[in-house]
This record gives sequence, C-alpha cells and structure tokens, in this order.
Amino acid sequence: MRSVVPKPLWLLAELTYRCPLQCPYCSNPLEFAGGRFKSELVTDEWRRVLREAKALGVLQLGLSGGEPLLRTDLEDLVATARELGLYSSLITSAYRLTQERLAALKLAGLDHVQISIQAADAELSDHIAGTASYRDKLAAYRYTKELGFPLTVNAVLHRKNLHQVEALIRLAESLGAERIELANTQFYGWAFHNRNALMPTKAQLDDAWQVVQRERARLGTRLEIVWVLPDYHERYPKPCMGGWGRAYMTVSPGGEVWPCHAAGRIATLEFANVRERPLEWIWYESEAFNRFRGDAWMPEPCRSCPRKTVDFGGCRCQAFLVAGDAGVTDPVCSLSPQRRLIDSELAEVEQAAAAEVPPAAWTYRAAPASRALAAQG
Amino acid sequence: MTPVAAAAVPRIAPKARLQWDEARRRHVLLYPEGLVALNQTGVEILELCDGKRSVADIIAALTERYRAAGIERDVTAFLDGLAAKRLVVCGPEAQRDAT
Repeated sequence: MRSVVPKPLWLLAELTYRCPLQCPYCSNPLEFAGGRFKSELVTDEWRRVLREAKALGVLQLGLSGGEPLLRTDLEDLVATARELGLYSSLITSAYRLTQERLAALKLAGLDHVQISIQAADAELSDHIAGTASYRDKLAAYRYTKELGFPLTVNAVLHRKNLHQVEALIRLAESLGAERIELANTQFYGWAFHNRNALMPTKAQLDDAWQVVQRERARLGTRLEIVWVLPDYHERYPKPCMGGWGRAYMTVSPGGEVWPCHAAGRIATLEFANVRERPLEWIWYESEAFNRFRGDAWMPEPCRSCPRKTVDFGGCRCQAFLVAGDAGVTDPVCSLSPQRRLIDSELAEVEQAAAAEVPPAAWTYRAAPASRALAAQG
Repeated sequence: MTPVAAAAVPRIAPKARLQWDEARRRHVLLYPEGLVALNQTGVEILELCDGKRSVADIIAALTERYRAAGIERDVTAFLDGLAAKRLVVCGPEAQRDAT
C-alpha cells in the first residue's frame, strides 16, 4: 500500500478556532466551540507535528485557524517551520495585527502573508465580518508590503459581495499584492448552514467572471487573479484537494488529522489524533485516510467514468453534507443521481431573486451560536 | 511576456526559495501556494542566478562546465518559464537588490 500512496505536500495547521471575526461563510466546523476542539495542541506538540510532516514530505505549511495571531507562540512555530525548510504562509484576518508583530514574524522566517477582506469598502466588509476590522486590514496590507512579504489578498465571494469583484481587484492592485484569491463560497461548515443567505445567482456569477477575464487581460502577470470555481454552478465536480489523502492534510486545533479542513464533519469516519499516533501512521495506515484513496471505493457513475482520474469523484464532504453519504458521487456532478438536490437549491435562489425576495438572514459564526447549533444536533 | 534578454541579470525572486526536498531527493523552488520541481540542470542554472551574472554569463559558465552545445536554448527556455511566473526577476530590480 505504502509504495503507491503519494507523499503529502501540504499541511494546513489550524492553530485555534478562536477568532475575533464572525464571517457567516467560515469553513470551521459549526461545533467549533464544543469540547472536541477545546484542548488546543501546545507549542511542543505543534513542533513535533511540523517535524513529522516535513519528514513525510510536506513542503508547504499554512498557518491558519480561527485566527492564528491569537496564538502567542506563532513566532516560535514559524521559526521551527523555517528551520525545517517548510514554506510558511500566514492565513489571517489581520485583526489588531501590528507592524511590530509582523516584523517579528518576518524575523522568525515567515515566507508569505495572506490577508482576508470581506468586501471592497469598510461598511460592507465590517458588516460581513461581524466585527470592525477593515481599517486593521488596510494597515496590515501596507505593513506586509513594507516588510517585503509576498502578499495574497483573499476575498470569499457570495450573494452580498459578488458585485464588488472589480473593486476588490483594483484594491489588491493598488496594494501591490502578488495574488488575489477570489474564492467563491464553498458550502461547508458555516457556509453550508448559511447557504440560502449566501448562494449567488447565475447572473451575478456570469457578471463577475466577465470582470475577471477582462482584468486578467489588463493586468497580465502583474497580479495573479485566482478564481475559485463556484462549484454548485459547474457541470463537473472539483478535484477536491487533488484527491483524498493524495497531497494534503489538515491538523485541527485539538490534534485530529483530516484529509481536508471540512472532513471532520463526516460523522461516519473516525479520525486519528496526533496526540495518540505519529503523523506517518495517520497518513499511511489510518482508516480515514485510506477510506477514499484510489478508485476502489467509487460507485457508479464514477467507477466507469473517464473523468475519475481528473476529479477523483469530487468532494467527499459535499457528498456527505448534501446526499448524506460520503461514499457517493459528488452531487455537484451532472452525472450524479443526486444532482437534483443541487438544482433544486439553485432553482429556489433564482426564483426568489426573480421575485425580488431578499435572501434569508445569515447566522454569524460565533461561540454562542456554535453551542446552540451543537445542542440542536 | 517578453523573453529574458541575454544582457538581463536574473535572480530568484524574493517570494521564492530554492529548497532541498529530502523526502523526494530533489530540489524544489517554493513560492506562495506552489512549487516547481527541479532537475539538476535547473538547480545549476538557479545557483548561477546570483544577481551579478547576466544570462549570457550563465550560458557561458554552463557551456564551459559541460563543453556542450545547445545550452543556450535550455537556459533561456528555463528562465523564460520562471520569469513568466515571476519566480525569477531580472534587470534593475535584481541589480538594485543585489547591492
């Protein structure tokens, strides 16, 4: 088995689920405030995870959360990553990020900074974040460039901000960013819970895509514009994580290891913890990582489909969330027998938009809401 | 994208890092959200991209080392590819940073 399993390249380290922002599309688990994630790995445990990850073949490290800046040992972890030769990216909201802290992270060896923005103007951005944070972000973008970091601006797109795509690109350009990630909302975690509030219309997506194409032509290589596909609106599913257990793993704050940051939600899988097992065992031997490797697990229509080496049957988390079974074809696929579950959701949005019914209100991602939702089951 | 000129002075962009990948026994060029796997020639070219040598100097050095023809095409194609991804920077920017 081991000889045919690829080595992992990417590790997403979710250092904490604490976060000052409350974005309604957060990819963290709905039950982030519950007992399962309460006991965060301490510095030495994270150091061991990073060492084991590097030995396994990981080269790219994402330091994420929640808000990773809330970890006072972030500089230590960055220094460890640098010693090991991991390329580290800080994935942050930049809330209350000072120039001094960023300089300390630079000194520790941080390679790249990705800062989110919720919209192109303060009012909408702060409304979506649920926390006044726009000013901190703009300041942090400046510090990032002044300190010589490569900068990625990340904007999650949805019903309420898709009309600002051009303004977002212009903002990233004016900041001197290397990349802007225009990440259409992927419906997991809080985003799945808030799907009715966030789902864009087809017309919104078409307009935004026109802008992206035009801006790409204008900017050339000056600013890389990454457009994360709105997969409900696609005909075929995304090759999620480049395939289950092929290149990528997430270590969640309490030490559970997942093939992607949404996989913890799949209730039918049991996930090993770095507190109990070496990362190597988890990658190669654990039931959860082997469950959807290769194509032996695939049902029809995937099994005989020529695209199975392109999209690997799509996303297991989406199959679980939408169709209730992580082992079926991603319902986003037009060949899936469950595609109607996606189409009915989209039709509802289009009908409501045509009738000028405003979208539903969303639930902000916050600890009290998390506990209430967990209590409901 | 204009190709890298013979007189240009290339160096690895600040955002990129040349790194030995022990698990796979190869060198890689790491950058935000990606990497380029390098063969031996690629590593040797990048090691000569020191912000002082021009592309012509690099070609001359490798031609001398291998006593082989056709190196010019390999070096130019390799550097053009990396410059298009902004993983190698050339000209005033490289010269200014190198001093």
